[in-house]
Amino acid sequence: MIPSIIFPLFMLAILACAGAQATKVPGFPTKSYITFVIGSTLIQGAVNGTTVAGQLLAGDLETGFVNRILLTPVRQWVLLFAQLAGVAMVGLIGSIVFIGVGLIFGVHVKAGAGGVLALIGVTLLVVIAFGAIGLLGAALTGSAAQVQALFALFLGLLFMSSMLMPRNLITQDWFKTIATYNPLSYLVEANRSLLISGWDAQALALGCGFAILFFVVAMTGAVFAMRRRMERI
Amino acid sequence: MSARSLAVTMGVSRRSAVKIIKNPVMALAPLSVPLFMFAAFAGAMTAVGKTPGFNYYNYTAFIFVFVLYQAMVFVAIFTGIEMAGDFGQGFGDRMMLAAPQRLSILGGYLLFTLGRGLLSIAIVWGIALLTGMPVRGDALEIVGLIVLALMLGIATTLWAAGIALRARSITAAALIFMSSFVVLFLTPDFVPRHLLTGWLKTAASINPLTPAVEAGRNFLAHKPAHVALAFGLMAGLVAVFTLWAIRGMKTAEQGPKTPRARGPRARREAKAAAAGGHEAGAGRARGPAARRARARARARG
Repeated sequence: MIPSIIFPLFMLAILACAGAQATKVPGFPTKSYITFVIGSTLIQGAVNGTTVAGQLLAGDLETGFVNRILLTPVRQWVLLFAQLAGVAMVGLIGSIVFIGVGLIFGVHVKAGAGGVLALIGVTLLVVIAFGAIGLLGAALTGSAAQVQALFALFLGLLFMSSMLMPRNLITQDWFKTIATYNPLSYLVEANRSLLISGWDAQALALGCGFAILFFVVAMTGAVFAMRRRMERI
Repeated sequence: MSARSLAVTMGVSRRSAVKIIKNPVMALAPLSVPLFMFAAFAGAMTAVGKTPGFNYYNYTAFIFVFVLYQAMVFVAIFTGIEMAGDFGQGFGDRMMLAAPQRLSILGGYLLFTLGRGLLSIAIVWGIALLTGMPVRGDALEIVGLIVLALMLGIATTLWAAGIALRARSITAAALIFMSSFVVLFLTPDFVPRHLLTGWLKTAASINPLTPAVEAGRNFLAHKPAHVALAFGLMAGLVAVFTLWAIRGMKTAEQGPKTPRARGPRARREAKAAAAGGHEAGAGRARGPAARRARARARARG
């Protein structure tokens, strides 16, 4: 609970109060920094899907439990999707908590009630995508500790995205370049578009597109990695 | 301090140093979060430094002081977690058997924090200067900033050691991390205190680390202010957490506590067990409460 819900909420509380000055930057898209930053809080919670899914599978691999299951007629992809179902549930609860807390503290969703549902949907998609990356990490390494390192990597990448400031207002060119090539920027911006600008098809397509791409690549890799494990049993 | 205690201090410190030399990734781990934060805030939020009322000469320099302190706090957190692991695995007990003065063990961990902290400070300074951060403070002011960071590192290590010695388990890592991390973030970390809003402004005003953060920024800007308050509060924190860590060491010396038996039957069993069960016709008391009481009596004896 601490990394997936409490820690992102703490960061949201800090950034909402400390970042209010950023709204005075000319061209800033909203007067409410909490509305701006909650989109990245949702992604921060979703990144934790890597750890939840990966550590579950890595733990089962370390104890040999998965090896026993793989000897039964259960298919690898069924096993992996079952792990993802639990991660999706944790992600769903987390995103409802974040949005609920945000609405209490003044977050305004420009896309309306449908936008709130879309926000939950996009976040859920991102949770599943990061969960799949965690499963891939676990299937490749079989180590819970190494899956934990993936979380640190993605958290670092999240800070190097447009999480704190819109890309067009970043004045340091080197950071603007990193944020532009960082796919996590587009995940954050998909959520942010629903909060600030309403229904923005391009932002949503880019965010959902990257999430689906991550999911497909990671799940395919994870299934192959599990097959190779089975061949070695 | 006797020669034996000094040897123990140096031994504990050397052991921790060897561990990170053998695993350089572990050495860089405490620096990863502060450096990511430095890059993220100095890169993304520079425009905030030019907004009305910000009143500091450079945003990178502004965020640098927080990152420097954060690097030191993370070094201390990692030392505390290592200590919790050592005492959780029983290595701490073996060290206590070898040390005539148990506080020399604590001294070893502190010495290691200072060494590793100085290395982290050098790396953070190096990166900041390479990225072109302007420094207005003179040499004495820079020394003042570094001394404040080291004092913060010592205070955090003592706080973490107090927790580690009481818990004697790696599970204390979460408490060590969260408590230190949260307090540091409740300072005027990304904007000056007068620009904070809501509850964070109140929290930052009563946070004892706030004067150290502000004094550090004043040193860097060559406008020293709140210096006595910052050093006084840091010295106070070091003194209070020294007592906290010493009490923690005393708790660790006493070993694990056995749970006290409850209920009338348990009391009867415990009484019989405490009496040794040697009175005529008493027999040896049985049951879990009696066993626990015998264990307590043995520990006392």
